[in-house]
Amino acid sequence: MRYVDEYRDAGKARALAAEIAALCEPDRTYTFMEVCGGHTHTIYKHGIEDHLPDTVHLVHGPGCPVCVIPMGRIDDAVHIALRPDVIMTTFGDMMRVPGGDASFLDAKAAGADIRMVYSPLDALRIARANPDRRVVFMAIGFETTAPSTAVTVLRAAAEGLDNFSVFCNHVTIIPAIKAILDSPDQRLDGFLGPGHVSTVIGCRPYEFIAALHGKPLVVAGFEPLDILQSVHLLLRQLAERRAAVENQYGRVVPWDGNPKALGALSRVMELRPHFEWRGLGFISHSALRLKDEYAAYDAERLFEVPGIRVADPKACQCGEVLKGVLKPWQCKVFGTACTPETPIGTCMVSSEGACAAYYNFGRFTRAAVREATRS
Amino acid sequence: MCLGIPGEVVEILADQPDLALVDVSGVRRAVNIALLEDGGVVPGDWILLHVGFALSRIDEDEARAAMEFLEGLGQAYEDEMAALRDSGGD
Ligand code: SF4
Repeated sequence: MRYVDEYRDAGKARALAAEIAALCEPDRTYTFMEVCGGHTHTIYKHGIEDHLPDTVHLVHGPGCPVCVIPMGRIDDAVHIALRPDVIMTTFGDMMRVPGGDASFLDAKAAGADIRMVYSPLDALRIARANPDRRVVFMAIGFETTAPSTAVTVLRAAAEGLDNFSVFCNHVTIIPAIKAILDSPDQRLDGFLGPGHVSTVIGCRPYEFIAALHGKPLVVAGFEPLDILQSVHLLLRQLAERRAAVENQYGRVVPWDGNPKALGALSRVMELRPHFEWRGLGFISHSALRLKDEYAAYDAERLFEVPGIRVADPKACQCGEVLKGVLKPWQCKVFGTACTPETPIGTCMVSSEGACAAYYNFGRFTRAAVREATRS
Repeated sequence: MCLGIPGEVVEILADQPDLALVDVSGVRRAVNIALLEDGGVVPGDWILLHVGFALSRIDEDEARAAMEFLEGLGQAYEDEMAALRDSGGD
């Protein structure tokens, strides 16, 4: 397939691996964070770590939108979904995310009308077809997905559709990266920047990472060669004692982002003063809500929700995993009490979650062996 | 959910300017192109598709330049390996 297969070429991967090894300085290790869950998925699916020297470590970041939704928000959404007049619509990977009380899957079993959709536009279609029901779209995702929700709200407004609303959980990536940079236990040498978020926000918003924190960031694509080339670019900057923002994914990411998507976003949404992230706590100006003008489409204002903060289960170490401090298999319940079928934490639910990626692709054994033999 | 997939624009639907027919791995579906610049895509262009929306037009020149770089690396590696093999050692 065009723009996919050619980025999976084994010969070129070996060539890049050789270049990467040549760039590594002896007697030092390198730790890079892949911010985006899509990268985590590629890294484990294709065994990228097998191509990297033992001194190059990739740690996972907070960029899996399913993983960072706090339990209280799930409870609120389930509360709305259980109303008999409501049809709740959601992306498939939200179904198993545990709340304090229940997941969507549990609520569905209890009789709630919850339907999986591929696009927010599908939710709009369901609203048109069911004028006597109130259709709510569970909106999650970073800046990649938020413009699609914004356009969908604009469409609903243009059509005067009054039975459609959005339960908005969109989050923004820069405050999360800031929180990681400010956390005292971070020891990162650089970042693989989130490719698809950057199609929207562009590369400029990352410049503070290089300028103020002195760390390189390379916006990276999602195929194996994209990741390897991005690691190569990071190592080259470090070898040249530089820190800059570079764009490996130029075929898709324009330096200035997508002005039309940003325009739709700023028309419909605004920053919340603060928002709770699972495992990371409250982060200021890190999430989006609908503007007053679009209050008629805001499920948070249309329905009463409990809005109660629920502490993460004691056994759950998702916070450490999301900050890149712990590897998934270092969590005590990994693969035993916590599996994709019976997740305790969110990182085990979405295919972009680090724990699920380790679990599904069996990489944890190899990584664990490597770690054990090193110490 | 965050995954984006490339697809090739087959047709811009005249009566619905926000929609394009896109071929994604042999599957044709209508894709919303409201997030791209007006008139930004024509049939034959490739786009990145995410939750039913075209998020970005794939830049052919950038893709080619990146591939050429990788090809160059591959060649250097092959040459190195060939040299290594030729040098024998026994
Ligand atoms: S194994 Fe489960 S509980 Fe532990 S960090 Fe992963 S998702 Fe969270």
